[in-house]
Amino acid sequence: MSTPPGMLHPELLADDEANSIHRDGRRLDHAEAASKPLRSRPEAQPRGAKVHGNRPIDQAEAAVRFIAAPEHEKMHDERLWDLRQKRDREMHGIAEWEELRTLASAIKEHTLTHLDQYLEQFEANAKSNGINVHWARDAAEHNQIVHGIITDHGAKSLIKSKSMLTEECGFRHYMASVGIEVIETDLGERIQQLDNEDPSHVVVPAVHKLRTDVAEVFAKTIGTDPANSDVHYLAEAQREATRPLILAADAGMTGCNFAVAETGSFVVCTNEGNADLSANVPKLHIASIGIEKIIPRFEHLAVFVRLLSRSALGSPVTQYTSHFRGPRAGGEMHIVLVDNGRSERLGMAEFWTSLKCIRCGACMNTCPVYRRSGGLSYGATYSGPIGLIIDPTFNQRKYSNLPFASTLNGSCSNVCPVKINIHEQIYAWRRVLVERHETPLAKRVEMKAAGELLSRPAAYRAAIAAADVALAHLPRFVIYNGLNAWGRHREVPHAPKQTFHSWYQANRGGEK
Amino acid sequence: MSSRDEILASVRRNLPREDRPLPVVPLFDDAPPASLLAAFKDNLHRMGGVFLDPPASGDTLAPVRAKIADAKIVCSTVPEIAGNRDLATLGKPQDLADVDFAIVRASFAVAETGSVLLSDAELHVNAVAYLAQHLIVLLDPADIVVNLHHAYQRSEFRDRHYASFHTGPSATADIEGVLIHGAQGVRSLSVLPIARATGDPAH
Repeated sequence: MSTPPGMLHPELLADDEANSIHRDGRRLDHAEAASKPLRSRPEAQPRGAKVHGNRPIDQAEAAVRFIAAPEHEKMHDERLWDLRQKRDREMHGIAEWEELRTLASAIKEHTLTHLDQYLEQFEANAKSNGINVHWARDAAEHNQIVHGIITDHGAKSLIKSKSMLTEECGFRHYMASVGIEVIETDLGERIQQLDNEDPSHVVVPAVHKLRTDVAEVFAKTIGTDPANSDVHYLAEAQREATRPLILAADAGMTGCNFAVAETGSFVVCTNEGNADLSANVPKLHIASIGIEKIIPRFEHLAVFVRLLSRSALGSPVTQYTSHFRGPRAGGEMHIVLVDNGRSERLGMAEFWTSLKCIRCGACMNTCPVYRRSGGLSYGATYSGPIGLIIDPTFNQRKYSNLPFASTLNGSCSNVCPVKINIHEQIYAWRRVLVERHETPLAKRVEMKAAGELLSRPAAYRAAIAAADVALAHLPRFVIYNGLNAWGRHREVPHAPKQTFHSWYQANRGGEK
Repeated sequence: MSSRDEILASVRRNLPREDRPLPVVPLFDDAPPASLLAAFKDNLHRMGGVFLDPPASGDTLAPVRAKIADAKIVCSTVPEIAGNRDLATLGKPQDLADVDFAIVRASFAVAETGSVLLSDAELHVNAVAYLAQHLIVLLDPADIVVNLHHAYQRSEFRDRHYASFHTGPSATADIEGVLIHGAQGVRSLSVLPIARATGDPAH
């Protein structure tokens, strides 16, 4: 078997035709499927960041433990890089790709700068279609509203599709505390729920787990054979275990990808059809919608639907794109419009455009730090590059280290379908957090010294030249010591013989 | 002050004072594929669906009859094929849990993505398209639009309470990227090209 191009870890390539699905002689890789068959070896699953109340999350500590589990790290790295490559393939298949990104960004910026008007229009139209509209200032109010609706109906169990907003609201924990059973119906999210772990990625919640980890979770919770980690067997067992819960549920809940003001409709995208089961089987459907999800009209929706799944998974569209404009005959529909810090973020001059995010996860898939440290290392609802710029708006102290978990390579901004300048906002957050003294003392001292050096060009050039000479001659233990986190898992690049500045002086210095 | 008014007041207080006009979205239909039906079929297959080629015999419905021959419960909402589970007398959606095949007609299809649109008008009971084990969709080849820009000009999104693009079957690859059909919903989706019967109100 020859190694397909673009693989980061060729040793993961499996001879696995029996587990693949073919059509017209082609191996199918739609939805979040890998473009080549991959196989890992069993290994204990590394767990996420240690969370101690309001204390700053130590992302680097959790990342070290993830990297220390090479099977997990390699599979995670390979699968997300594969999604990134599939995304590129789709991008090259559409001549107007860059125009779509520009349109998507402009539509979102227009809507956000007129958000009050579009929210009122959306609300009026939704109400006239027979939808009950609720408003929640924060996570606690969201949870209380949903609890109230459920109590009014005497409901005891709720099936739901994946929603980052409900994760943000700690919805499952709240409902458990009031005795209502919540059943996640997305396979990845269900795995995470059964393992009592948060989703590690906005689109593929269990991407950090190996098949053997899933087999272990299912053996403990739904009674599968602990020795059987066949993926088809595990997925089928989950389908069979969840189906009776779907049929017995008293209420259904979904999130929302886009809310269309002109009709009061909301749109939900899934690959499993689980949102449609949640919405269409029980009588009661509740949808949680962040206020930034609004777009003006259906002609704008076309731009986002064309970009979303291609950016997220490198699949032309999700298997299901469902448009809800009102309750079905005999059914009841509620929506909860949630602020939870969004309106305040709108007023942050440097950061308001982060509200353009459509939660595709493309920035996570491309990020070298995310791919090698796993989403749970961030200890926050949103991980990866988008998390670095959103999480501090929820809690500056707790997430003060996160904006430093980036190389600032800018790849996240380049793949973002709505053109958020993610890496520039990461940098801007570093400045804000340092100014507000939310960063550790060691980092402040280091940055103060760097700041003084950078403000004096001659001193900076002298320091760089000295560092290059030093790197070429220092013994390994000086460069690769415990103080240099970057040296732990990679070689420092060879130092150039000459700095760019001295090369320029020697070669072009006389040019005008 | 109600939460609604507080949120709207907070939004107004924080609105960026930036001039951001709403752009005009082109239809991007300058270079349509030579055959919308062929493009639809190719993209449907990429997304895991099955296109039922009309047999040489000219008996267009033969592939559907072959598929449902061994099925116990068939639920049909189309006049072309009879089922044995009547949606008109259905008590509740949960009663569809034992359906093997559901047969419905698509409002229209999208060549760009291989999607078919199913609305509450065609489904009668929305859940039938998700609780059934397999789904067969009849599509009039005249009902294919080139891309999603054209699709969203259609009236279904303004008239119907529920309308869903189905693109292949229920799928997942949440475990190690291994593709599974039938994650929670239908295990297969087949599309049969067949013109609407004359007198069909949708035409």
